[in-house]
Amino acid sequence: MIEITHQPIDSASLAEQVQSPDSGAVVLFLGISRRKTDGRETTQLVYDAYEEMAVKQLEQLEKEARDRWQLIDCLIVHRLGVVPLGKASVAVAVASAHRREAFEAGQWLIDSLKADVPIWKQEHWADGTTEWVHPGLSKID
Amino acid sequence: MKITVKLFAGVRELAEQSEIVAELAQGSTIGELRKCLIADFPQLGPHLTHAMFAIDSDYASDDSLVQEKSEIACIPPVSGG
Repeated sequence: MIEITHQPIDSASLAEQVQSPDSGAVVLFLGISRRKTDGRETTQLVYDAYEEMAVKQLEQLEKEARDRWQLIDCLIVHRLGVVPLGKASVAVAVASAHRREAFEAGQWLIDSLKADVPIWKQEHWADGTTEWVHPGLSKID
Repeated sequence: MKITVKLFAGVRELAEQSEIVAELAQGSTIGELRKCLIADFPQLGPHLTHAMFAIDSDYASDDSLVQEKSEIACIPPVSGG
């Protein structure tokens, strides 16, 4: 299941949602708004997306992960708008019978999301300036 | 034909608008659209050079044909997660 939300991510509920008697392994990845980037301090992150395309791309990633690994459940949630420091901007929850599939699929899903899905973050630096992050173009990756 | 291109993040901020319009000949490609936009909006040049484009919410290549009824978006390097 795919979700793009402007609300806080309830990670405990996501982990709970993918648990089932057939799933011996649940892997939950959370991407968290981090204070320091390359020694500079951030006060918050703001996320923007091309929402229709982001949903379509995330659905394709879920489908591909389910084709490649034997998954019992797979949830990807991305938050947009302001994400305060220490809060989750993204969650990937994967359940499988054994741990190897869940770890591999979880890692592949977050790596692919970061490479392909049209979502962008804006750093709000402690000095009051802001900067959209475009790897290869902006000063920071 | 008139092609409207959706903008996001740093490109939208630089352009100070969420959509820009290009005038292209029928049968033009994404590569031609990119060149036309770089000429019309030189301040977006580096971003447009590095951006991908999407047609109807799928990534397109520079050879893809642009049609007037398609939804075109400029996708600068992404940074979600």
